[in-house]
Amino acid sequence: MAVTDGPAAAASRRRGRGGLGGSPRLVAVIFVGGALGTFARAVLEDAAPARPGAVPWTTLAINVVGSLLLGLLLETLARTGPDEGWRRTARLGLGTGVLGGFTTYSTFAVETVGRLAPQTLLVGIAYAVGSVVSGVAAAAVGYRLAHGLRRSTPEPGARR
Amino acid sequence: MTMLLMALAGGVGAATRFVTDAAVARRSRFRVPLGTLVINVTGSFLLGLLTGLFALSSADSSGATLKAVIGTGFCGGFTTFSTASVESVRLWLAEGRATGFGYAATTLVLGVVAAATGIGVGQLLG
Repeated sequence: MAVTDGPAAAASRRRGRGGLGGSPRLVAVIFVGGALGTFARAVLEDAAPARPGAVPWTTLAINVVGSLLLGLLLETLARTGPDEGWRRTARLGLGTGVLGGFTTYSTFAVETVGRLAPQTLLVGIAYAVGSVVSGVAAAAVGYRLAHGLRRSTPEPGARR
Repeated sequence: MTMLLMALAGGVGAATRFVTDAAVARRSRFRVPLGTLVINVTGSFLLGLLTGLFALSSADSSGATLKAVIGTGFCGGFTTFSTASVESVRLWLAEGRATGFGYAATTLVLGVVAAATGIGVGQLLG
């Protein structure tokens, strides 16, 4: 495997987003988080399965709520300190693991295709566009919430 | 039992996403988060393929179990809707609204086309 190497590449591998350099502990944290998130999604989809030809409300709710929580989590972590130590573990375990495993693009895409038949075309288009727009809006709301939380708790030593 | 296997497969999917994203990000020269795009499109194709292959299997068959574990578990844990949403917001804030929505729309179109292609191929093979 020929990878362009150098100090910058090596440094980014060590602390960049998802460096592979000897972090089996972080991969294990992501594995556990992903299993928990997937389990929660499977339980919800099992309790309220999508009906053929209708809007898959369960997947929609999972994806929108997950997008809001991920926006809130990542922005809160980014605003409170550097991405290292417990913050990195929380980002990877809860964000990449739990929320990444909880939300799903593949089920969303396959459900959309299943509704793009002539009789249910409008449902398919509404589900596809509605999910993406609500997901982005929910993530933006998560960001704004993180800013709001931050503003109400000024940094120690910050002048008012 | 299927539920447990599904959850474990979801964990494997999430870990595979982490490793894949890092590998793509290292080679990418674009500011657009290509890793998540590649992951969501390939995962949608794979779930489509399984859906096409096992479209006619009964609920208690081994095909249905395989589809639940690999499809709902692995593909669901591998792909991620939340990261795609958050990365759209980040691109919007950093590069402008057009880039943010362009990324979301590109993922949507490629993901749906990949899922449809997977279903078609699966039905041919199944």
